[in-house]
Amino acid sequence: MTALDDAVLGDRQRLSYIASQAADARLNVELETEGMTLNIGPQHPATHGTLRIIARLDGEQVVWAEPSCGYMHRGYEKLTEVRTYPQVTTLVNRIDWLGSFANEVPFILAAEKLMGIEAPPRAQWIRTILFELSRVANVSLFLGDLGVQLGAITPVFLAFRDREYVLNLIESATGGRFHPNFDRIGGLKDDLPAGWITETKQVMRKLRNFCDEIESLLFGNEIFQSRTRGIGVIPRDVAMQYGLSGANLRASGVDWDLRRDQDSPMAWNKVSWKVHTHPDGDSFARCWVRLQETREATLIVDQLLDGIPSGPVMAKVPKIIKVPEGEAWVSTENPLGEMGYYVVSRGDIGPFRVKIRSASFNNISIVPWALRGVYVPDIITILASLYFILGDIDR
Amino acid sequence: MSSPAEPAVDAARDALVAEVRAALGGAVLDSLVKPGDDAWIRVSTGQWRPSLQALRTVLGFHYFCFLSAIDWMPSPYGRGEDDPTQPPPERDATIRPGYCGGDTRMQVFARVVNPVTHAAITVKADVPDDTMTVDSVADVYEGANWHEREAHEMFGISFAGHPDLRNMYLPSDFEGHPLRKDFPLLARMVKPWPGIVDVEPLPGGEGGDES
Repeated sequence: MTALDDAVLGDRQRLSYIASQAADARLNVELETEGMTLNIGPQHPATHGTLRIIARLDGEQVVWAEPSCGYMHRGYEKLTEVRTYPQVTTLVNRIDWLGSFANEVPFILAAEKLMGIEAPPRAQWIRTILFELSRVANVSLFLGDLGVQLGAITPVFLAFRDREYVLNLIESATGGRFHPNFDRIGGLKDDLPAGWITETKQVMRKLRNFCDEIESLLFGNEIFQSRTRGIGVIPRDVAMQYGLSGANLRASGVDWDLRRDQDSPMAWNKVSWKVHTHPDGDSFARCWVRLQETREATLIVDQLLDGIPSGPVMAKVPKIIKVPEGEAWVSTENPLGEMGYYVVSRGDIGPFRVKIRSASFNNISIVPWALRGVYVPDIITILASLYFILGDIDR
Repeated sequence: MSSPAEPAVDAARDALVAEVRAALGGAVLDSLVKPGDDAWIRVSTGQWRPSLQALRTVLGFHYFCFLSAIDWMPSPYGRGEDDPTQPPPERDATIRPGYCGGDTRMQVFARVVNPVTHAAITVKADVPDDTMTVDSVADVYEGANWHEREAHEMFGISFAGHPDLRNMYLPSDFEGHPLRKDFPLLARMVKPWPGIVDVEPLPGGEGGDES
């Protein structure tokens, strides 16, 4: 909580950062620095995947930067048009591969909405639990990886150690570590295995310890703070224009979480939890909000585990699923931000058109704006704090 | 099965659409509210940019969710499941628009959200068949920049006034627009869909009729 109490310090740091930038610009003019183009990637350890950044530099500062994506474009929107509805979940699993289950949910919800069916309560609760588990698995890797971007190696080992417990849970419930493909139109493929609830509670405790560890190791660290505070500041208005979502938006002070703020058949509104926001909008704020959200997710899971209703996990649906004609938009608050599907149906066994609105695409479209004027090492922290998954940008 | 009792009227969304109609005037050609679900409007092509501008500045829809396009022409290749040894089946090629109607093959649509009231609306506009051009909204919502680039690349729609319509995913010399319905999915064209084999009855089975 120290981060929020110390808003004054944040302001001072930001001002000193701006002052040092101005001093540097003057220095660049005096030194008559030459412009150069720096190509980061497509394969660079700091870009977690094949994202290429082309940056035009003046001295140490970025004058202009442009991400170049498409190295992982798999054409999912086209492929959905030749798949049946149940087959699409296999594809969308691979959009954000660290939180795969969360990708399936909005698509299934959109199909259910068009068909006018709803999964039984037990299925909705288990869906929500698995959804939050994929958030924990996804964001805990971000928290570990964050250290690596700044030269601290330890956090990533902690992250991989503890994330493994969550993946094991997902595997024992769904059969797939990375790509569960578990959500069905009308419910879930299976019920939970025996003993899963007790095990999950233990793991959630471990994950909360992990969050504490990261908070004390990393967030209180002076180097970490000086590398992230006041850097990559995205004001609220800009964030909304670019359609930033998830922790990136909440770190700019927008109190908006789709889990809380929209009607959903899922079980989020059945338990009490808190939406964390941060007023600063800098790299630190984005990381801080994610850390808090991971901890909050473990608490959501804990509460949901206590109240899973009994009953079937699958509604009665026809064997061959035909979705009535219509259009539907469903989005959910995924680990990376707002992920939504605009599904157009023509009454066929497969969709007519699916527009996949992935969070990272919008989140990364702000990069040219956010990187102007920053120093070369800050490119890495800003990119890391915006947090993207390549498959989620290119789809 | 347990479908929720849907409210027959959605006062909030009806009021929203009425407010939008009042603010945009004659620009709104059609609107639709599905109670408890969502709201759609369709604006005329010429009013596409002014409408979004008004939605943002006058009605407070500050949050840009996405922008994309739909090709309403049914695919001449079906779902790519035809038996290649048979003559191609007859397909209905009539262009039928979706919610809020439309007169053209292509439509652009965007979704914007009011971050205060959390009201959201999907705005559609026709793309003229001859020019395939609509006005860019990249200066209204900065985030639309990449979305328009994507739509340009995938559907071949031009956005007048867009600063930079380079390809995002495909090589710059790529020909065709992959998300158009008449762009064949090559993987489905070069060899028959494996699903065709699956409908054969299993040896010794009861005809393999699952449904």
